[in-house]
Amino acid sequence: MSVTTTVSRTSPAPEPTPPTGRRGAPQKWGSPVVYFVALLFVGVCVAPVLYIVLGGFRSNSQITTDPAGLPHPWVIGNYTGILTSNVFWGEFANSLIVAIASTVGIVATGMMVSFVIARYDFKLKGAMYSLFAAGLMFPLVIAITPLYLVIKDLGLVDSLLGVIIPQIAFGLPTTVIILVPFLRAIPNEIEEAAAIDGLGRLGFFFRMVLPLSLPGVVTVGILGFVGSWNNYILPLYILNTQANYTLPLGVQVFTSQYSTDTAKVLAFTSLAMLPALVFFSIFERRIVGGLTGAVKG
Amino acid sequence: MSDTLGADPAHGRQSQGMQGARGVAKSATPAPPRAAAHRRGRARMRLEIAVLSAPAIIMFLAFVIFPIVLAAYYGFYRWKGYGDPTDWVGLSNYKLILTDPAFHDVLWHNGLLLVLSLVVQGPIAIALALLLNQKIRGRSAIRVLIFVPYIVSEIIVGIGWGLILQSDGAANGLLERIGLGSLAADWIADPDLAIWTLVAIITWKYIGFAVILMLAGLQSIPEEIFEAAQIDGATYWQIQRRITLPLLGPTIRIWAFLSIIGSLQLFDLVYIIWGPYVAGTTGTSTMAIYMLAQGRNAGNYGYGSAVAVVMFVISLVVALIYQRFVLRRDLRGAVTEGTV
Repeated sequence: MSVTTTVSRTSPAPEPTPPTGRRGAPQKWGSPVVYFVALLFVGVCVAPVLYIVLGGFRSNSQITTDPAGLPHPWVIGNYTGILTSNVFWGEFANSLIVAIASTVGIVATGMMVSFVIARYDFKLKGAMYSLFAAGLMFPLVIAITPLYLVIKDLGLVDSLLGVIIPQIAFGLPTTVIILVPFLRAIPNEIEEAAAIDGLGRLGFFFRMVLPLSLPGVVTVGILGFVGSWNNYILPLYILNTQANYTLPLGVQVFTSQYSTDTAKVLAFTSLAMLPALVFFSIFERRIVGGLTGAVKG
Repeated sequence: MSDTLGADPAHGRQSQGMQGARGVAKSATPAPPRAAAHRRGRARMRLEIAVLSAPAIIMFLAFVIFPIVLAAYYGFYRWKGYGDPTDWVGLSNYKLILTDPAFHDVLWHNGLLLVLSLVVQGPIAIALALLLNQKIRGRSAIRVLIFVPYIVSEIIVGIGWGLILQSDGAANGLLERIGLGSLAADWIADPDLAIWTLVAIITWKYIGFAVILMLAGLQSIPEEIFEAAQIDGATYWQIQRRITLPLLGPTIRIWAFLSIIGSLQLFDLVYIIWGPYVAGTTGTSTMAIYMLAQGRNAGNYGYGSAVAVVMFVISLVVALIYQRFVLRRDLRGAVTEGTV
């Protein structure tokens, strides 16, 4: 298993050139059955999302008369209307602020504590690791009511900070579990060599640890960003004026406001999901590589 | 430096040849280990540990652990959510929960979702991963596309599927178009169908994650093993059954764990599509929905807190049992062989 860990970690998307002795020099197309099943599966996965995006290009009468049809003619008014509205961009900005701050917070604090758990030797470290690992069993839903009261006592209700801080806290378990194996995998020889060269522990952290555990860092960063972008229940409880809404709340409010204007709802929904999708498809290879590293321990 | 490995198998790697301890001591005190220098080094190390771990620990305790403890405390009171709780009722909230037929319903729903998630998604995901693991063109594009449902947020999935599946929505429209209009149904509001609709949506949303995880597991199995088996004359099915599946075991078991925990805690999708009240009548309510409907929405925060505690205990017990009996050997194997 040690071999597999290294492979998946160093090359997140291994597309190894066929080793010698495998048949055929260039890559063949393979069986049509495989493509058929793959296409079918991709179709099932993507069709509902496409329906939402394309629905935004239709008019309400088109949707009513033929709910499963294609846009004919294409209507762009729904999209342009939303893209020129301050409400959408305000919520977009809030989501972006919350997601970036949460991601930075998760990566920074998670990295520091994972480093301690992985590289220091002290009595409580087993307990610390178990504490965060057990955190996987504490979903936000269970704690949401008391959490709201804590946020209220801190005077952070209806502020973005009231969403950011708990998101960092609830992002920590996954972060620690993914990062600790990465940090532990850094050979001690490197640390010793760094020490001999006069690099202090913190210097070692910034010069060696950060670069070497980058795949893990990127993975937790992506998970943190997408998780924050998509978070629904926490903003639902904490934020209560529309100026502070993040996009998931914006989508919900928009949907209830324009419940009869399905096309507009679909357009709004499409625009709200786009950033996470783009962000994810850029980093997809990283996330899979990081997950394998963590799962394989 | 004492060693607290016993309880936590993940630390096994450090114990190998005592590399961990030696490395730490050396780098903290590069000078010869004289007593004074050593002590100074240890004090410095303690300071570093404190500084580096304080932000995470404090936030985690304040915003994750403390609210849970608070829920446990409120669970003993009849409490409307304002002022300090004074009306101590002992375990009667818990008695009420465990004897409430509505709670039995939601427990049954969570259990059903748990089992169906495992038996529906697992085999499909393994089969698809085996299929997609072949070197076919456009594989990376396929991987991105099947992950799309997992990335799209619950609110969007809820609204999108809600519109598609409503009685005059696209799903029924499509059925009519292809001549199967008789199969059209009220997928969301019909109490006989709603739970299956939910299962379908959950499967759609999370199967991509399962497939990607299994694919990653498959790709980390060294090619040489398959080649050796082929040379020995093993058939395709023999290879899958005797080599691939066992080697994929750890990945499958981790996925199953995540799936089980997710099923027990399901909230967003049900809340968005059905809402806490309708979910009760359409038979899609889950423990988390029950918690919200009985607690916050009914103004009975004490009772809601007690439900949260019951949910937490169920999750914890299931997780502990699973770790004890299923994940144990994975952790041990992964750790002892895992030194890179």
